[in-house]
Amino acid sequence: MMTEKAFYGWRAWLLAETPESALQARLSRFYLSWLSFKRNPLAVIGLLIVVFLVLIALFAPWLSHHLPTEQNLADRLQSPSSTYWLGTDELGRDIYSRIIHGSKITLYIIFLVAVIVVPLGLFVGTTAGYFGGIIDKILMRITDIFMAFPRLILALAFVAVMGPSIENAVIAITITSWPPYARIARAETITIRHSEFILAVQQQGASAWRILFKHIVPMCTSSVIVRLTLDMAGVILIAAGLGFLGLGAQPPSPEWGLMISQGRQYLLDQWWVSTIPGIAIFIVSLGFNLLGDGLRDVLDPTNN
Amino acid sequence: MIQIHNLDVHLGSGKVTVHAVRNVSFTVKEGESFGLVGESGSGKSTVLRVISGLYQNRSGEIKIDGEVQGGRKGIEFYKKLQMVFQDPYASLHPRHTVDQALTEPLQIHKLDQVEKRIRTALKSVGLGLNFRFRYPHQLSGGQRQRVAIARAMILEPRILLLDEPTSALDVSVQAEVLNLLTKLRIEHNLTYILVSHNLAVVAYMCEKIAVMNQGKIVENLSKEQIIKSQAAEPYTQQLLAASKGYDRETARQLLQFD
Amino acid sequence: MSSIRQITEMTYPLLKIENLNVEFRNHAGNSTQAVRDVSFALGQERLGIVGESGSGKSTVGRAILSLIPPSGKIKAEKIALNGVDLQKLSELEMRKIRGNKISMIMQDPKHALNPVMRVGDQIAEAFRLHNNISHSKAKQKVFDILKDVQIRDPERVYRAYPHELSGGMGQRVMIAMMLIPDPNLLIADEPTSALDVTVQMQILAIIDDLVKEKGMGLIFISHDLNLMASFCDRVLIMYAGRIVEECRASELAQAKHPYTKGLLACLPMVENSDQKLTTLNRDPAWLE
Repeated sequence: MMTEKAFYGWRAWLLAETPESALQARLSRFYLSWLSFKRNPLAVIGLLIVVFLVLIALFAPWLSHHLPTEQNLADRLQSPSSTYWLGTDELGRDIYSRIIHGSKITLYIIFLVAVIVVPLGLFVGTTAGYFGGIIDKILMRITDIFMAFPRLILALAFVAVMGPSIENAVIAITITSWPPYARIARAETITIRHSEFILAVQQQGASAWRILFKHIVPMCTSSVIVRLTLDMAGVILIAAGLGFLGLGAQPPSPEWGLMISQGRQYLLDQWWVSTIPGIAIFIVSLGFNLLGDGLRDVLDPTNN
Repeated sequence: MIQIHNLDVHLGSGKVTVHAVRNVSFTVKEGESFGLVGESGSGKSTVLRVISGLYQNRSGEIKIDGEVQGGRKGIEFYKKLQMVFQDPYASLHPRHTVDQALTEPLQIHKLDQVEKRIRTALKSVGLGLNFRFRYPHQLSGGQRQRVAIARAMILEPRILLLDEPTSALDVSVQAEVLNLLTKLRIEHNLTYILVSHNLAVVAYMCEKIAVMNQGKIVENLSKEQIIKSQAAEPYTQQLLAASKGYDRETARQLLQFD
Repeated sequence: MSSIRQITEMTYPLLKIENLNVEFRNHAGNSTQAVRDVSFALGQERLGIVGESGSGKSTVGRAILSLIPPSGKIKAEKIALNGVDLQKLSELEMRKIRGNKISMIMQDPKHALNPVMRVGDQIAEAFRLHNNISHSKAKQKVFDILKDVQIRDPERVYRAYPHELSGGMGQRVMIAMMLIPDPNLLIADEPTSALDVTVQMQILAIIDDLVKEKGMGLIFISHDLNLMASFCDRVLIMYAGRIVEECRASELAQAKHPYTKGLLACLPMVENSDQKLTTLNRDPAWLE
């Protein structure tokens, strides 16, 4: 599609020694990180899996063959065939279509958790690390309290009170997932709090909030992103676990954990009903793990 | 321009306090370049940082441009007085381009004509415009220090505090940066306080010099006195001798002091 | 190991380097020549290698000890210690040389010492690595060497941890550790650059005395031309990986290469501080 000349033109622009605009500088840095990332084949595999997940979720209506809730009792518990690629479950629903639509739910859960946990953790951690003193102590004790709760048990308690649903499962996961991010952000902040580049911007009269937001948070993002991607693997498993226990998504939702649970009784003879969603969870979890490892190698500040 | 009177600073807290600065007094006239020289632990950097407003825990009087300095600093203070730090590898934000580093103070002080000011600042420190969008790790030590100087100068301060500005640089680069600092001082009639452990650098850059040891000012000298080795105090004489290079006899005497 | 025994017999020159080249490659395939065609000989004397950052001076020191990271390749016609070509030795044999026949002191003692081990134990361990003697005899040897580096209170320092020592004290410990096995050659890579001027003088005096007393060769790597001129017997000036000047320290003022002359001119000297500082004009021809 692109002519050879255009391609090399792009590449030269991205690798230019002297960028001519802020945009070029930023893209250039991103491109160099990408080149570094690309060298790690496992990391690329992880990225592909995650991208694959996103694409499947986006194109679900076009990719699936049947509606995820469409029952066809005459065809129940069929093994994988050319009509039903991954077989059918106990209500005759096409497992392949359910997996495809289930990916949307998985993505939804991950996204919600990320969007709440990261800003909250960054805010608490950088504030505690920067101001120190009593603010630090109070914020850290609050963090400790939340960290002391075992995830699954808190989720159970929360859902028991609030009623089972995906959103409540997400909130339960979020409540126990944010503390490590605060700790990471705090540790990074304490490390750079007395650095000369922070002193310099204090010396310019910057307000504390400006310093936190523009100068300290950007230094924490690498560690937080790495932690997030590695955490995602765990989040998926917990969400699946809650689904399995009937505390998250409710039937007939094609949530993968719920699918495993509903298929348990048929495990011996119709193994695919439970196993296939299990494999899906495994692959996505693995993908996030590989991606997180790869990102850590690239985003480690000592590399630059 | 700057008057320091009976400055006393304690660093640390609780059990681990250090009396870093003891009863230090000196005056710097407008347009003058004043040097503080001493070894590590002498308190020279602490004095500088107190003047810049970093440490509040101090007693004694600091007067800048006639105003006595209290605890809190208004934003106007930071327009008057800027600091250049020692380590060029640490004084620039690693994730900000040169352009961002120079824009930041302008935004904080809500100054206009951002584009023009940035170009002028880069030009005044001898950096071409092609450096504008580089990240610090793409710059050499000398280039980073020039950016740090440009950043300090962009607010058009009256006073520059220089904390070992060339100690981390190669000798050839040091000469360029020191000449640049002198040029800027003359062009803009700036007042400098320069801190260094290198007696030769201080002698070059400053007209009046105070020698510090263990928190106290041991001796005040002028540039001429240093050149002619007219030091009264033994500590100053020791520093002067040591700055001339290695000499077995001098070294043997120092070994006795241990 | 016969080659080790050969090294112990002192021959002149102590160290002979011929056409040393060190090349570093990074992932992108770009290579940098850190050291280019460096040749020199060293006897029982003090040789200073002076250069700015990027000149390759530290790389030369490390290449002698074969301590270059895997991304670097050493190629030389000869790296000979007392006639024995070090390149031909296996890694195992090289380990018997390091810290034993050739010792290296580095810039920051706090980075070179094990923070969780007492200082005395570390020195003793360094000695017992190459000599089979009892713990108590090693301890006595440590006390002896600590006294040699002018430490007044060897018992206290023996029991101290590295972070409890000042910069100068830490550097003396480093020197003690490196000199305890009586090496033939000492390489000092910017040992005093992080120290105060007066402490620097003390450390140099200690190195001076010990090197003379034990009859070692000394390679002193530094960026401080003034210091090298006053401390060493001979000086090599390096620029962009090459030796551009080689002369006796006393004759440095009559240096011939424009880089050396330029470097000397831009050094701030107290005596000339009422004049403007000359700057160095880099000639791209020097990079050839």
